[in-house]
Amino acid sequence: MIRYILSALIAFTPIAAMCQTDIEEIVTPGGTTFWLATEPTIPIVSMEIIFRGGAGVDPADRPGAVTMMAGLLNEGAGDMTALEYAAASEELAARISFDAGRDTLTVSASMLREVRTDVAELVRLAVQEPRFDPDAISRVRSQLLSVTRSNRTDPSELAREALFSIAFPDHAYSRGTDGTPPSIAVMTIEDLQAAHHAAISRDRAYISVVGDISADEAAELVDHVMVGIPSSDTPLPGDMPVHLRGGVHVVDLPGTQSRALFGHQGLQRDDPDFMAAYVMNHILGGGGFSSRLTEEIREKRGLTYGISTFMASLSHGPLFLGSVASANDTIAETIELVRREWVRMAEGGVTEQELDEAKRYLTGAYPLRFDTNAKIADILVGVQEAELGIDYTQRRNSLIEAVTVDDIARVAARLLQSDDLTVVVVGQPQGLTTTVSALN
Amino acid sequence: MILTSRLAALFSLLLLLLPASAQAQVETHHLSNGLEIVVIPDHRAPVVTHMVWYRIGAADEPAGKSGIAHYLEHLMFKGTDEIPEGQFSQIVAANGGTDNAFTSYDYTAYFQRIAADRLPLVMQMEADRMTDLIISEEVWVPERAVILEERRSRVASNPSAIMSEQRNAALYLNHPYGTPIIGWEHEMSSLTRQDALDFYARYYAPNNAILIVAGDVTLDEVVALAEENFGPLPPSDTIHARVRPQEPVAVAARRLTYEDPRVQQPYVMRSYLAQERDAGAQEDAAALTILAQLLGGGPTSVLNRALVVEQEIAVSAGAFYNGTSLDSTSFGIYAVPAANIELSQAEAALDIALEQFMLDGPDEQHLERIKVQVRAAEIFARDSQEGLARAFGAALTSGLTVQDVLNWPAALEAVTTQDVMRVAEQVLDLRQSVTAELRGLAPTEAFQ
Repeated sequence: MIRYILSALIAFTPIAAMCQTDIEEIVTPGGTTFWLATEPTIPIVSMEIIFRGGAGVDPADRPGAVTMMAGLLNEGAGDMTALEYAAASEELAARISFDAGRDTLTVSASMLREVRTDVAELVRLAVQEPRFDPDAISRVRSQLLSVTRSNRTDPSELAREALFSIAFPDHAYSRGTDGTPPSIAVMTIEDLQAAHHAAISRDRAYISVVGDISADEAAELVDHVMVGIPSSDTPLPGDMPVHLRGGVHVVDLPGTQSRALFGHQGLQRDDPDFMAAYVMNHILGGGGFSSRLTEEIREKRGLTYGISTFMASLSHGPLFLGSVASANDTIAETIELVRREWVRMAEGGVTEQELDEAKRYLTGAYPLRFDTNAKIADILVGVQEAELGIDYTQRRNSLIEAVTVDDIARVAARLLQSDDLTVVVVGQPQGLTTTVSALN
Repeated sequence: MILTSRLAALFSLLLLLLPASAQAQVETHHLSNGLEIVVIPDHRAPVVTHMVWYRIGAADEPAGKSGIAHYLEHLMFKGTDEIPEGQFSQIVAANGGTDNAFTSYDYTAYFQRIAADRLPLVMQMEADRMTDLIISEEVWVPERAVILEERRSRVASNPSAIMSEQRNAALYLNHPYGTPIIGWEHEMSSLTRQDALDFYARYYAPNNAILIVAGDVTLDEVVALAEENFGPLPPSDTIHARVRPQEPVAVAARRLTYEDPRVQQPYVMRSYLAQERDAGAQEDAAALTILAQLLGGGPTSVLNRALVVEQEIAVSAGAFYNGTSLDSTSFGIYAVPAANIELSQAEAALDIALEQFMLDGPDEQHLERIKVQVRAAEIFARDSQEGLARAFGAALTSGLTVQDVLNWPAALEAVTTQDVMRVAEQVLDLRQSVTAELRGLAPTEAFQ
């Protein structure tokens, strides 16, 4: 049987229709541009809107303002209180959510085709006419205080906070998205209204619609939500060099396992070597069960349940990061192995066979991402926001195919700077102490 | 609505409250060696989700060997007489596919998502490891270290997960559902290669498995491939009816407190033993599902309305129930108190809200809104071929039939106010409950 399997490997040909989704760019009568993918099989429609800005437009003394504002969008809007709005949403079986990230505020709505107009009205009300009622503010403040308290002992949150504080001193990125107990405690309705004005701007929106809907119907939906939203007048944060220059920082947290977040400067999304770096990352630590780091650290030595690296394409300071957890007495060895693989890749690049296998996986698995309407809508706004072009989903696999071992050797030598590799360890690690000065 | 994110991730069971599937086309077949086949055609894209589910899970483990079902699941990726060591996932990946597996109390399942023209390859590989697994001396010790790290990541690093283990252990006095799926650490650390091989030899066979393929395929194609790949495998004669130790009549309410210096947000959660879905008899489970929605299924639910909106003493409150289970399942309620509110006060408010609900019964409009969501969930469910495949797999390994899965939305639709009150009376009995408190340390000692 193995002969069959190997011959199947050799006979591999890329899937012809890598992404069968046809994407149209449409300008609405109201003057808004969006991307549409029609999929008539199931009578549902998904709409996704990304507003550029996110927590990046939080005032320096009010971290968490955009997150708290986003949490209030569906807590009362138009002439409806929070409970009335929730009941209206339940009556339509609407699935509406808001999420504030470091660079964006995302609005996602999935709905049955037959009630799409009513659902669009609920989305419009939330986005354009949130009430910020005192009782709703009090409720969401209480919830967000709970979240920020919990963040103080969450290993992943602590690691992220520490690494971003080192990487981006004084920048919005250093402040996180959830705010702090003091900032949430003092947030006023004026702060929330200001955050609403700053974070939701028509000229910073990227929109996609996917599902059982025609171009005209979709345009009507988009206009209903978007017309009336003002244009931006709040500056976005500036670009910033990444201050990760090596060293280990330990954050004490009781427990038997330590979590490490490590990394340094990454590549901008529009860097000519971005795709080569993307494929390199897959081979180093990105790819499921098949990366070098997984092989060395999990498979051979059993030091972790999972290790991965990823390109964090932040708008104003891209990072190349990785994450791993290991017992307190093996985390030091684990980090040493990560450093060794960093150097090995920087100095030696990858083999033809590794590159070939990575390409087969990356090109074959790409269409698997397009498996629900909501996921397709999410991909389409992401492609717009990154300004990759409407033909990107068709071109993307050929960009992967074009990467050579020389490209990877070049980008690995440039990107992977083991001297800059900065490690934050949350836990009670043995054999590791802080080697960089305290935060700020 | 903030709390739907991180803090409440632990309550993600809520998302399972209304699984549906009835509008899906589904076709079935049996091979003569006992392999059951389920095909869910979805021709939107040239991809398939290929799964093999075994009717074996953590609740079927021998005493003292907790975690063996999950450990074996990890070792199933090591190799066979045909697939070189460490190459299983590599071969899937090099063919543009993704693969993984998961273990629960009642099942262990393996799956690949891949281009439809690769289905013969992955089916051949899955059939191969059903009977020809090789676990070498070199791999079993490091892999045991991996599952111990997995336990540290999932449980030891998460006070909520530790409390959840303790709550289950106290709820089930006799049934193995009281033992964690991943295993107790002291037993996991003494599991051996031979333990895994024994478990494998006894339970992995075509007559203990279900093949589920969703995607761009037809039943005929799947049956032909299954005959070719699984057909030659002999059925096992060591597969018996799954009879586990059952719960005695519960007579004493249980309480526990777990304190952990890492806890910044305390909460109280109560679990009651509850009726599960049974083949041909899903009415009570359907009513319990609707009851959980009424009590805690969203912003307008009874508990959220009372504790979070009206009294403002909790930042989150709700209820959860998942009826897909071979043996008795649980029905849960919880409250996460706002700052400066005592857990006892939050618990008292939960009890008062429940008492009031028992007096008033459900609001008819609320019940109707839940029915709307039930109907919509059936349509939304068709968008995810992987979700559909999982719904069938979980049901068929929990003693249900394809017909039960198809009938489930109608069973939910048929639930009346009287049904809800009847099951509420039965389930909300403190004698069959555990009330668990998760606490930090006293403020002066609290972790800064």
